[in-house]
Amino acid sequence: MKRTHIIILVGIAAMIGGLLAYSLDFSTYDTIASARNKPGKYVHLIARLDKSQPIDYDPIKNPNFLSFFAVDSLGGQTQVIYKNSKPQDLEKSERIVMKGKMVDGKFECNDILLKCPSKYKDDKEQLQKSVKETTTY
Amino acid sequence: MNSIGEHLLPGQLGHFFVIFAFIASLLSTIAFFISSGKIQKPEHQYWLRFARIAFFAQVAALIIVFSIVFYICSNHLYEYMYAYKHASLELEKKYLLACIWEGQEGSFLLWAICHAVFGSIIITRRNSEMLKGWEAPVMTVVGLAQFFLLFMILGIYIGDLRIGNSLFSLTKNEIDAPVFLRDDYLKYVKDGIGLNVLLRNYWMVIHPPVLFMGFASTIIPFAFAYAGIRTKRYGDWVKPALPWTLASSAILGVGIMMGAKWAYESLSFGGYWAWDPVENASLVPWLILIAGLHTMVVYKSTGHSLRASYLFAILSFCFVLYSTFLTRTGVLGDTSVHSFTEKGNVIKVMITSFVLSFSLPSLILFFIHYKKIPTIHKEESTNSREFWMFIGSLVFFLTAIFIIAKTSVPLINSIFGTTIAPPEDVEFSYNKVGVLIAFIIGLLTAFGQYLKYKDSGKNYLLKKIALPTLVAVILTTMLAIFYPIEYDKRGIGFQVIIYLALAATIYAFVANAAYIWIVLKGKLLHGGASIAHAGFALMIFGMLISSSNKKVISSSSVNGIVMPAGEDPMTKEKDNPRENLTLIRQVPTAMGEYEVTYTKDSSGKEKGRKFYNLQFERKDANKNIRESFQLQPDVYLMKDNNFSSNPDTRSYLTKDVFTYLSYALNNDAIQDTAQFRIVEMHEGDTSFYNGGYIILNKVLKNPVNNKYHYKPTDVALMADITVVGKDSVKRSAMPLIEVDSLGVINYDDTLYAQNLYLRFAGVGNNHHIKVGIKQSDLPIDFVTVKAFIFPFVNLVWLGLIVMAIGLVISMLQRGRFSPAAAGITLLAVSCALVYMFLFANN
Repeated sequence: MKRTHIIILVGIAAMIGGLLAYSLDFSTYDTIASARNKPGKYVHLIARLDKSQPIDYDPIKNPNFLSFFAVDSLGGQTQVIYKNSKPQDLEKSERIVMKGKMVDGKFECNDILLKCPSKYKDDKEQLQKSVKETTTY
Repeated sequence: MNSIGEHLLPGQLGHFFVIFAFIASLLSTIAFFISSGKIQKPEHQYWLRFARIAFFAQVAALIIVFSIVFYICSNHLYEYMYAYKHASLELEKKYLLACIWEGQEGSFLLWAICHAVFGSIIITRRNSEMLKGWEAPVMTVVGLAQFFLLFMILGIYIGDLRIGNSLFSLTKNEIDAPVFLRDDYLKYVKDGIGLNVLLRNYWMVIHPPVLFMGFASTIIPFAFAYAGIRTKRYGDWVKPALPWTLASSAILGVGIMMGAKWAYESLSFGGYWAWDPVENASLVPWLILIAGLHTMVVYKSTGHSLRASYLFAILSFCFVLYSTFLTRTGVLGDTSVHSFTEKGNVIKVMITSFVLSFSLPSLILFFIHYKKIPTIHKEESTNSREFWMFIGSLVFFLTAIFIIAKTSVPLINSIFGTTIAPPEDVEFSYNKVGVLIAFIIGLLTAFGQYLKYKDSGKNYLLKKIALPTLVAVILTTMLAIFYPIEYDKRGIGFQVIIYLALAATIYAFVANAAYIWIVLKGKLLHGGASIAHAGFALMIFGMLISSSNKKVISSSSVNGIVMPAGEDPMTKEKDNPRENLTLIRQVPTAMGEYEVTYTKDSSGKEKGRKFYNLQFERKDANKNIRESFQLQPDVYLMKDNNFSSNPDTRSYLTKDVFTYLSYALNNDAIQDTAQFRIVEMHEGDTSFYNGGYIILNKVLKNPVNNKYHYKPTDVALMADITVVGKDSVKRSAMPLIEVDSLGVINYDDTLYAQNLYLRFAGVGNNHHIKVGIKQSDLPIDFVTVKAFIFPFVNLVWLGLIVMAIGLVISMLQRGRFSPAAAGITLLAVSCALVYMFLFANN
């Protein structure tokens, strides 16, 4: 390792380091209550659909507007606005991961990830359910 | 307890052979290990012979196990959990293989079979010039990997603890349901759950074996690196390992991109790459492998970079294992949509032990012997080829580390209790780095070839590279003028970086293509490296172009009403374009340069699958149809009650029109209760309905038009009706009544936009006819779609093919293949790739 080596290696390391810093724009996982405390900040919420409240989605009027209510395990509740089409299995989901930010007390999200019962076949409970549904006697 | 109708023999046989193969792999590993330390001694040969027999016994057992699993799935023996979970009666024959690798256990089996293939090649070619003396240490590693893979599917119990998930466990033992208490339970388990519909794609048959072949092949360079240390022939292993590394790069590269093509064709995330953890996990070993490939070439030519070659060869396989750990133990949790989930803690511990027992000892061994690995103390000169190749390898390696570090965030969270979540735009957080890397790598690939090893001389480089540089500059300028980049979401700065990356990839392509003529004088078979580089550059260029000029054509308007896309006050970015468009049945809607009509829906072969016909038409100023085609995206209600929306693509040479349903109403459950109201009408009469009126223009006998084709001998009457809705738009309807020997048939006509059904109900007196009018109380039939245009996406696939062919040429060259064998291999690989990527599914 001589001078040129070291210079170039340091240069590359610095560049990669810079890139890393520039790309470390990570967000955080939050609860509804803590998200309310930092309105406008981009966060991830893990919550569940509040089934006692209506889901508002009328694709004929506007296919890019969905509104529903979500509650989290700590009892926080918020209205969610999603300016996109309604995910097909929203009603069936048992957990929702939402990315977005609190604006005027509403959670404006731009990405929804649903965890539905048994997206995966390895879930035993779902297998039991499916056996019960498909076998009749 | 035996129940009625169970076939228990295949399972017992299968389980026996799994255990047999497990023990055989252990024995062969031990024997290979002992013999690799006893070279020159007479026992050496005995141990070796025993090791080979054990290894081949294991190979045979694996083939038997695979056949039995196939037998169980293809005969729908649902008493076996594996068949119940992955097979079903409706499943087409060609997907039976896909059933096997859909599950965790089957994919471990597939992996083990790939190792078995490579191991067998090493053993049978052990006396060749290249491999002489390497068999024992290399096979020690392969055998050990087999031992661990079979361990995962062992399925034996120690007390209550299950070690490994068997492929042959019985459904009744796995699922708790009252039906299994009955002796005749098989009568009631009529069908299996079946293959996930996303996987019912031609790529699912071919992509997993190729990908696993790629994963498995990385063990060979790793094993050679180990063998170098074990035999203390520190530098000799590079030469025999090099052709394997090239083959591995080609197979793994193709396997990854097959996954990309599959995602593009059948997943609705709208593209071929989403930086999903599963994708990243397969890319990282490839990047490190490519880094290792280059340092190995440097070592062979100059004696430099041997230590780096060791490190990269070891790490690429370690990262294959680490990826397995990430994607199969459930640690990624919420961040990946398609990774395997947890199957209990035992398998987690087993996979972890697999990863650790390979990575830790190999790295420790490497560092212990680090000082003994020969190195040249004189430094490389900055105008030597090896210096820049090393820099390029380093960039690839750091890129790999960057990607895997980002992918591992959920694991870091779970270890350190942090709550780091992915950034707002995950794809962009990778892409912005990726574009810069493309720029650096593009430049390095462009001029690297024109340098000579050791010292290039001052004028040599400038003289040779002048012409390609000029051509690249001209091409880039033309691109910027005639086909500018439209991606401006991230501001002008990012656009400039995209242009830089484009320029660099064009430069790399031109320089490498030119190299074959300027320096190699057209000797293609010596130009494997240049061909691979040109292909890689073309592929990256295709990716840059198709993603930066991707157009959302379903955007910004709701049935013609343009919604202004404002600027987000927080981020100062342009707002998400509204990318969904609702199409009401039979109402043509403008979408980009196309007019799109949702014409009808139809059911698919599988229960619960529904196709939606979308008619795309492009008209010129005179309303003549210039282009017309139909796309049939579909929605599938899977057996686990999840919806899956699958895209359809119209492929042209220069662009793809890509569309999928983002929302569809499930009408099937709702019953239409409205009744026909019969009115008697005369030609010229008008009748009203809620929301408009209809005019009976005339009644035609045996009509011939674009809807009906009757012969004069038929008995058919058609009512030509004009419907005028609230919007005072006139629409035409043509209900018809036909009488044949079997009776009366009504062909109703439906105006979906009005939810109006018209029926020719019969003939009345005095030239009156009976018209049935029904206004359905069903919701209006519509679908909401997303549609994109991907320009030049074929360049991605073409580039990949060229790259793979280049790698194969290099492999044949360095592996000293006979001309005949080389020719046949090359021809077969090229035909297969071109067919699979460019023709098969279009």
